[in-house]
Amino acid sequence: MKADAPLALTVENVVKTFPSGDGRTYALKGATLDARLGEMLMIVGPSGCGKTTLLSVICGTLNCDEGKIHVFDHDLRAMSDAAITRFRCQNVGFIFQQFNLIPTLTALENASIPLILNGKKSSAAQRRSREVLATLGLEDKIHSYPAQLSGGQQQRVAISRALVHEPRLIICDEPTASLDAATGHKTMELLKASAMQADRAVIVVTHDSRIFSFADRIAEMEDGRVTGIHNDPKNYHHA
Amino acid sequence: MLGIALKMLLRDRAKYAMLVSGLAFCSLLMCQQASVFCGLMMWTTATVRNIGAPVWVVDEKVEQANEVIPMREIEVERVRGVPGVAWAVPLYLGIEQARLADGSFQNVQLAGLDTGTLTGRPMDMREGRIEDLRLPNAVVIDQVAVEKFRRKGIPVGIGTTFEINDKEARVVGICHVSRSFLGQPYIYTTYGRAMEYAKPSRKQLSYVLVGPVAGVSASDLAARISKLHGLRAISKDELFWMTVFWYVKNTGIPISFGTVVILGVIVGIAIAGQTFYLFVYDNLRYLAALKAMGARMPTLAGMVMLQALSVGFVGYGIGVGLAAWFGNTVLAKEQPPFFMPWQVPAFVAVVILLICAFSATIGLIRIAKLEPAVVFR
Repeated sequence: MKADAPLALTVENVVKTFPSGDGRTYALKGATLDARLGEMLMIVGPSGCGKTTLLSVICGTLNCDEGKIHVFDHDLRAMSDAAITRFRCQNVGFIFQQFNLIPTLTALENASIPLILNGKKSSAAQRRSREVLATLGLEDKIHSYPAQLSGGQQQRVAISRALVHEPRLIICDEPTASLDAATGHKTMELLKASAMQADRAVIVVTHDSRIFSFADRIAEMEDGRVTGIHNDPKNYHHA
Repeated sequence: MLGIALKMLLRDRAKYAMLVSGLAFCSLLMCQQASVFCGLMMWTTATVRNIGAPVWVVDEKVEQANEVIPMREIEVERVRGVPGVAWAVPLYLGIEQARLADGSFQNVQLAGLDTGTLTGRPMDMREGRIEDLRLPNAVVIDQVAVEKFRRKGIPVGIGTTFEINDKEARVVGICHVSRSFLGQPYIYTTYGRAMEYAKPSRKQLSYVLVGPVAGVSASDLAARISKLHGLRAISKDELFWMTVFWYVKNTGIPISFGTVVILGVIVGIAIAGQTFYLFVYDNLRYLAALKAMGARMPTLAGMVMLQALSVGFVGYGIGVGLAAWFGNTVLAKEQPPFFMPWQVPAFVAVVILLICAFSATIGLIRIAKLEPAVVFR
């Protein structure tokens, strides 16, 4: 990653509260963060510190109460829900902790979903998905259902699904949490190899210190705030 | 995404089978029971349809076709005097007792047709000629009589004799007519002979059957005849519906069948609604993932609606198909009654559509409330 690469996203003083009994609980208390194109940024921190909330706010699946969020020069707070949904459909790829592959669809069909959501015909979507699945070593598993795949293979299908429509932002929520150490490491290698491009940013929320070395930078969160940015992940040791 | 929606539904075989069987059972129950009800109502109007005259004149107190209040024979002449009447003939209809060759008794519906014109004759003669009714002691019996006589071991055919109120009747023909509500066989004879068979009484005329002259409608003519003191004239169609509504209003038949139809709807809503909700509930995290990936609510609504309607369509098809198969099987035996007018499957289709829409709406409410951010929790 180049230090002078254009910004993919900026988050400034974002506040997010949730109703709790008679009052409100603060999940984000003025979080500030940015990520550059070509960068893999990891967000780390203890449970309940607001990592996932920040991730949800960045990708527009959750509205914040205060602050500024710009993703690829789009002010998400100024956009309507429909516009954010359209923006997410075209620009964001998701990798979830539990994979969230639809169990009644094959690997190929699961991977095709973002393209179909973007208006591609099913045949064209499957052609493209087949290519992406092949680059991730799943060419012989395209007709398998998720239940017939190992955890690592399922996560590779999820990565294919996240990349298939060539989004500019990849959002990963604990991508290795459901995998053993070796599979997690291999998955991160594949993710880094396949997802990292000069015009794309990858944001990873994780607890897994074994994968910190894959990051270009690490943002440390605590109590709803970003408390530190670390530019040398190889030597970062989580408190 | 509609293809994806169908794959999600069809490949969840257990829930798909449950949904389809629930809706099929609901369709079958509603369609079969409604058709048996319609069949029963057709039985109540068998006399009207078998005789088939354009206008029926009865005593002014008569409320439906199966209720006979005898009139004086002079009424035929009075009716003939009304302008617009092309012809008017008497009809006797009464329940008499037939004594068979083995000494057993059988109640029969005796129809005495005008001797000259045989107006009201059965249209479907299976054996013999209706004109032979003019022979001495001649009667034409219907298929129900044949069936009932044979069940008692009495061979039936042209020439078979039996007694009606101790007077000989000789079969000269066998016809096929609509079965009566009470299941008594129709025995046709001439009006004059029917007077001999019937127990004597001061008034014996059951109906005056009337035809209008060209250019006068049956209902107009009925209105003119009804102005005669003590008489009521009804067109064939009016008498048909009057009879149906009389049975609907004065018997427990519609309540009984209606209860089963309502049970069918409840079963459909309970099984289909609950199973479909479970189907949506089980897929909530995937639907949330789709929402996160950019599926808009109209897209998800289309998917859920398609899923609900496709199970509805298949369930409806199977249910109505089974009801039709049931009908086809029982029609051969003519019992229980079965008549499926197009309105019955149309009504069932509307109910199934509503059940599917209801089930889908419950699921959609859940999906609409679903925050896409839940996929990260």
